[in-house]
Amino acid sequence: MGIRRKTYLEAAMDKGYSRRDFMKLGAMMTAFMGLESSMIGQVTKAMEKATRIPIIWLHGQECTCCSESFIRSSHPLVADILLDLVSLDYTETLMAPSGYQAEKSLHDTMTNFHGKYLLCVEGSIPTKEEGVYCCIGGKTFESIVEEAAEGAKAIVAWGSCASNGCVQSAKPNPTGATPIHEIIKGKPIINVPGCPPIAEVMAGVVVHLLTFDRIPELDRLHRPKAFYSRRVHDTCYRRPNYDAGLFVESFDDENAKKGYCLYKMGCKGPVTYNACGVIRWNNGVSFPIQSGHPCIGCSEENFWDNGGFYKRLPNFPGFGIESNAYKVGLGLGIATGVGVAAHAVVTNIRKRKLIADGECEQTNVES
Amino acid sequence: MYKYARIEKTLMHPKYVWQLPVRFYHWINALVVVILGVTGFIIGNPPGITTVSEASLGYWFGTVRFIHFVAAYVFFFNFLFRLYWGFVGNKFAKWKNFIPYTKAHWVDMWDVLKVDIFQVECSKNPNLGHNALASFTYFLTFIVFLLQTLTGFGIYAAMSPSWFPQLFAWIPSVLGGDIATRQIHHILMWFFVLFAIVHVYLVFYHDYIEKNGVTSSMIGGWKFQDKDKVEREKD
Repeated sequence: MGIRRKTYLEAAMDKGYSRRDFMKLGAMMTAFMGLESSMIGQVTKAMEKATRIPIIWLHGQECTCCSESFIRSSHPLVADILLDLVSLDYTETLMAPSGYQAEKSLHDTMTNFHGKYLLCVEGSIPTKEEGVYCCIGGKTFESIVEEAAEGAKAIVAWGSCASNGCVQSAKPNPTGATPIHEIIKGKPIINVPGCPPIAEVMAGVVVHLLTFDRIPELDRLHRPKAFYSRRVHDTCYRRPNYDAGLFVESFDDENAKKGYCLYKMGCKGPVTYNACGVIRWNNGVSFPIQSGHPCIGCSEENFWDNGGFYKRLPNFPGFGIESNAYKVGLGLGIATGVGVAAHAVVTNIRKRKLIADGECEQTNVES
Repeated sequence: MYKYARIEKTLMHPKYVWQLPVRFYHWINALVVVILGVTGFIIGNPPGITTVSEASLGYWFGTVRFIHFVAAYVFFFNFLFRLYWGFVGNKFAKWKNFIPYTKAHWVDMWDVLKVDIFQVECSKNPNLGHNALASFTYFLTFIVFLLQTLTGFGIYAAMSPSWFPQLFAWIPSVLGGDIATRQIHHILMWFFVLFAIVHVYLVFYHDYIEKNGVTSSMIGGWKFQDKDKVEREKD
């Protein structure tokens, strides 16, 4: 506990950044947190005094795309602060130590900074066969997360795997992949879904936690409101085409060249909550819709099981691969029409007497 | 020749069954359900536009959605009104008709199945309002109305900051996201299509078989009952 960590300012100065750079960083962080410019002073002040927070970053059932996204956070200084200024004490992908030393640093952080460290979890937790499908250092991932969560100040669930299960939990979910919030209770959990999440969103979440020492405002699914309160559709630059009813009909048609709306190509933008349309990817270069591909809804729960990426409507359960509500409904509609017509014919035969002269007597079809 | 016989045998006694608010509810509901269905299908699968155009020149899809949303509000408040009328309306409009909580309800329902649907028997207890099976179907319909309202306004909540849709903002998170909510909304839509086919057919059927003026009753409010049966009811 006697270990003193450097403040952000001290760490930045040590690395040779000027105070001017540090102020710029404060402004940038304020913007990333989705705060207004009047907050720059407060954020910078907080960063001057706040000490580096230890982070344990665990990897479970995942593809490491979250980490890959994170390290591509577009502004070099951002990558610096998050890799150098936070004390990333344990993360399988990036840490220098291995084997015994790695496990020791994990253990040290958990005991020395009990109740103070931030736990980041990338990946889902397999629960079937007692969690045997993901073991690290001879322990199941479930037990590792439970142990690390116990002393964590807060938990960040990186990506769709940790937030809602992603591809591992797609039907039939052979390993019983489970998101973090269904296993860990009683700790503040921030879900940052996306496959992967946007780098600047990840940076924004971490920075918010570091500077303000409290979790950002969350929505019902524990996602930070600053980044997940609006649909991709709401911030999509192709939205005017949607309202004007101008749609791409196939990927190689004239409408696609014109940049019309991708709604009919199965775009999940209208049902997906994310900041892609605003922050975009790779230093704000582009995002899927901008490059002509429909949004696949990667930050939404169950996006693997909700039908094809290129279909608006999911498959109808139990009616085969190419069925959707429209096809099944149409079939039922036709069946009902036929049934009604048959009933009308039978009525005229069976109830002939009743119709003709009010005699209550059935006429058998055979007679 | 038999025409005379029919007039004699079906000496009908008029009875005022559907009050004006019930009739208004019915036709407003019929109108907005048709509007919601048609606009809903267009929204779900918009027709392809082949003419060369710029987005700034048009808003037709936005207009179709706007009509859908307006109709949804009308549908919901009209539905709420009908629920209210289920407590203050006449005995044919009362909520008790719709929930089969007595044995008599179930017996009557079985009767309707035997006489009208499978046609293995000929006579059943006379009824002036809805028959037992129809009432129960309307009860299920009301549940679908409710679910359709919840899912519809649930998806709509993301598009409107006003307080009313925001009351439904929690629904997608319970059902597993907007995609799942939208799917339910689409599936339930087909209930309305199937209902309309069967409903309109059965109105024609009952009018034809029972000669009770059920079709016009939803316009004028009057139904006709066999004079013998009215007498019997009085005993």
